[in-house]
Amino acid sequence: MPVLRIPTPLRAYTNGQSNITVAGASVSEALTDLTTQYPTIKPHLFNEGGELRPFVNLFIGENNIKDLQGVETPIKADDKLVLIPSIAGGCRCEDGALPSEAISSNKKIASSQRTRALLAMTWLGGV
Amino acid sequence: MLPELSRDEILRYSRHLLIPEVGLEGQRKLKNSSILIVGTGGLGSPVALYLAAAGIGRLGLVDYDVVDSSNLQRQVIHGTSTVGKLKVDSAKAKLLDLNPGIQIDVYNEPYTSENALRIARDYDMILDGTDNFPTRYLTNDVAVFLGKPNVYASIYRFDGQVSVFYAKEGPCYRCLFPEPPPPGLVPSCAEGGVLGVLPGTIGTIQATEALKVLLGIGEPLIGKLLLYNALDMTFDFVKLKKNPNCRVCGPNADIKELIDYEEFCGVPSHDHEDEGSAVAAHEITVTDLAERVKTNHLKLLDVREPHELQISALPNAVNIPLGQLAARLSELDSADEMVIFCKSGSRSARGLELLASAGFKKVKNLKGGINAWAREVDSSLPLY
Repeated sequence: MPVLRIPTPLRAYTNGQSNITVAGASVSEALTDLTTQYPTIKPHLFNEGGELRPFVNLFIGENNIKDLQGVETPIKADDKLVLIPSIAGGCRCEDGALPSEAISSNKKIASSQRTRALLAMTWLGGV
Repeated sequence: MLPELSRDEILRYSRHLLIPEVGLEGQRKLKNSSILIVGTGGLGSPVALYLAAAGIGRLGLVDYDVVDSSNLQRQVIHGTSTVGKLKVDSAKAKLLDLNPGIQIDVYNEPYTSENALRIARDYDMILDGTDNFPTRYLTNDVAVFLGKPNVYASIYRFDGQVSVFYAKEGPCYRCLFPEPPPPGLVPSCAEGGVLGVLPGTIGTIQATEALKVLLGIGEPLIGKLLLYNALDMTFDFVKLKKNPNCRVCGPNADIKELIDYEEFCGVPSHDHEDEGSAVAAHEITVTDLAERVKTNHLKLLDVREPHELQISALPNAVNIPLGQLAARLSELDSADEMVIFCKSGSRSARGLELLASAGFKKVKNLKGGINAWAREVDSSLPLY
């Protein structure tokens, strides 16, 4: 059966497993099998409408399914599927604790976004 | 007209001159080249060191941070003697010690939509060593608008990615990632950390790609993405194609100038003053918590990873790692008054958001996390 390679950031949702054997004749079926085996990964891959999120890139071998037939792309038993995450990391890993003296010259974001932004400060750390 | 090499330079770069693919002319090309390195941290450290050693004529360094001792596990351009100093100054001194014959220009400021085009305009190439999505999209768009190659790398725990995004010849970063993940949807390094040597591995590949592009040799990672995993010791490559619907480099691109990247990504790229009242209303300070626990029964929820508890822990706290929180809500009682905490308050803020959406109304986030507790309440606990 095809094997789906899970990137490190998403292994928290696959009990640490890096290679998951999935059943199915298409990408869609394979992903359904994945989310059946590991339900908590689902919101990280699919939006509320059940569509693959735009920042999720899935490759069969070297090729992006976006360049093939999307989730309808057929897969073979020996195919290797690779999920590619969007990772921000580069240098810091501050868990949101950034130096207080640094002041952005960026336009201040709206307060509604500010709340959202501050709640999501962990994004800032990459490394 | 390429600059000549001095006698000293011929000696210094002799191991390059011996390689036919570089040779005297190649070395003169490098001397004539300029590279902007955005970020002087994990990736920027090896990148800057090797490019300086390689004899790139002019390097630009952008960073507004100061060196912290927790950087030194991986940011090898800095040292114990430069803790507390500006990263750009620390890096410049090290680079000029390594190679006094090159020019180092420093920009001790956040890289923003206001200054990025001005800073990047005079460089041949941009190296993305940033640590957040807003700056990554900014770096990409600047490179597209100025028609320069963007040598990209990103790291997380044991994983690394490298590519050369060069819209003139292939896809750009947005072709692969049209939009960033919503805040909080993908775990950040705050839950993960990074193997200190990983940015060394990935940064030196990034520097290799930069040299290849400048010298016009080999097959640069244009249209290809390298995926590295240190644990499995695997290097995988995937093909990247130009996205015909790309909003910055596609034929019908509608983004023609730099935008507000923090708004686009829903996260700040740089530090802002903490003025979010909605957030503050759900926060508790460590000093308040220290008072409250004397009299009230408060449930403490620690959302860090289990191995972090070995570094520091609060007695009687329940540990549910953030990644498992959604699946383990049944272990918690929404009637309890609860204080949620992590290392510095960010993961727990996301945990609080998750709990609030699940109907938990009596939860407060410990501002500054257990590190703030260690600083202000219990100095026997270590900071990390």
